[in-house]
Amino acid sequence: MSGTWMTTRAWLLMLPLLVIMVAVIGWPLVDTVRLSFTDAQLVGTAGNYVGFDNYTNMLTSSNFSRTLVTTTWFAVVSVAAEMVIGVLAALLLNQEFRGRAVLRGLMILPWALPTVVNATLWRLIYNPEYGALNAALTQLHIIGDYRSWLGEPGTALAALIVADCWKNFPLVALIALAALQAVPRDITAAALVDGAGPFNRFRFVILPYLAGPLMVALVLRTIEAFKVFDIIWVMTRGGPANSTRSLSILVYQEAFSFQRAGSGASLALIVTLLVTVLAVAYAALVRKTAGSAA
Amino acid sequence: MERKNPVFTAFVYVCAILLAAVILAPLAWLFVMSISPAADLAAKPLRWWPQAADFSRYAQLLSTAENSAGAAFTASLRNSLEVAGMATLAAILLAVPAGWAVSRTPSVGWSLSMVIATYMLPPVALSVPLYMGLSYLGLLNNVFGLAMIYLTILAPFTTWLMKSGFDSIPREIEAAAMIDGAGLLQTWRIITLPLAAPVVATSALFAVLLAWDEFFYALLFTSDQRAKTLTVAIADLAGGRVSDYGLIATAGVLAALPPVLIGLVMQRALISGLTSGGVKG
Repeated sequence: MSGTWMTTRAWLLMLPLLVIMVAVIGWPLVDTVRLSFTDAQLVGTAGNYVGFDNYTNMLTSSNFSRTLVTTTWFAVVSVAAEMVIGVLAALLLNQEFRGRAVLRGLMILPWALPTVVNATLWRLIYNPEYGALNAALTQLHIIGDYRSWLGEPGTALAALIVADCWKNFPLVALIALAALQAVPRDITAAALVDGAGPFNRFRFVILPYLAGPLMVALVLRTIEAFKVFDIIWVMTRGGPANSTRSLSILVYQEAFSFQRAGSGASLALIVTLLVTVLAVAYAALVRKTAGSAA
Repeated sequence: MERKNPVFTAFVYVCAILLAAVILAPLAWLFVMSISPAADLAAKPLRWWPQAADFSRYAQLLSTAENSAGAAFTASLRNSLEVAGMATLAAILLAVPAGWAVSRTPSVGWSLSMVIATYMLPPVALSVPLYMGLSYLGLLNNVFGLAMIYLTILAPFTTWLMKSGFDSIPREIEAAAMIDGAGLLQTWRIITLPLAAPVVATSALFAVLLAWDEFFYALLFTSDQRAKTLTVAIADLAGGRVSDYGLIATAGVLAALPPVLIGLVMQRALISGLTSGGVKG
């Protein structure tokens, strides 16, 4: 069979997928770019060309800079916590103890729980009047009065981060555990014989095996966290006083609540650009980590 | 090997119990809320265990009596099943030929890389034109339209899983069948697809989980019982004026049951699918 026919056949087999992807991703993306240079409304007017007005308005608005800071803070803290807790949990699950198989099985539960159900569950736990957190903390005499965890700008973002971590650290743990199980036993045994302490064994023997998979998990989780919408929408809708508003929620408000499709589109593209820059920087880092670990 | 230090062993067990409690406590509380009488949930100090288990909310939500809370819930349940089913079927039908093509003809692989790179795009970057497009086609608030949009999420992911699956089937087996005179379709039917069946099943389950979990597009593109999915219905309940928190918890338990059962039953396959990307880098 000739190479050209093989290639032609491959393209023919890919054609249905590519056509659909152009229809539901390619075209909308191009159209978002077009819209971002207009003052189009979501419904009604097609809008006029306004040049870079939308971009300059968005980039100079205090809403944007404040939301960028909130989103970055959410992403950095929740992903860092998920990575640390996830690796610690994986190290634990790699020890031998009774009930280990059951505990490993439980780790799939938070991951399988739908994001919206997770958000609803934590919203109920944080409820200012009847929530379990207030009840538990008062009954243990840790706090005196019930507090509105999601209703105060000082605690709302932290409360969201805890809820996000609870759902996502088990995935990091499962990825890290799979990598730990790939560490050859004779290598750790040899390090032990050579007198390496627990910290040195982790740093020099185990961590090189973990680095690659953890970098991939870090990249995926950071991109997800930067795009965050669902959990915040269900728990706080970006409030109180916009203290938990993420970039995706700001785009939603601009394009759908205020129906300003043009400026919403420009904001969406700014977010896309930020995520892309992040992803490309990370990809370079992954390649470097993979290279040095090999 | 590690020396058996009793202090270390005790430490491991304490940590294990702590981890189990962290995972289980919120889930257990969701279930307890769903079966506690409303008075117990509003009591101060809070009653952590119901005096009498009350399963009536499950019956209430699953009833189809007109204009009841149950009617809205069962309608959204049906919509979620329809959207997830249609989107998964379409994603697999697109992914099998495309995944095979990339696996056997690596020179076209760059197009799949481009498709997968779209994962980085925040859905908000596509949402405005998709909204206008669906509106133009009359497919807003329509399960078929929503299923089509879900392909933006499902199709790249399933194609990537299918490609890795086909990679692990030696092409020599296919070549042998072809030498014996089998055509491409016949080779697929007799050799490739039966061998790839487990990967197809895993990909389909992942696709169902992703579709079941989706919220953003469903929130934007559906508006009433004709198309609202379960995630939107639950967000409505959580953000609405429902005074019975047990009812919200019950809806959460029911929505979580299918993916949690899939997760528990398919654990091994799901974990290897989840981690293969990470471990192989």
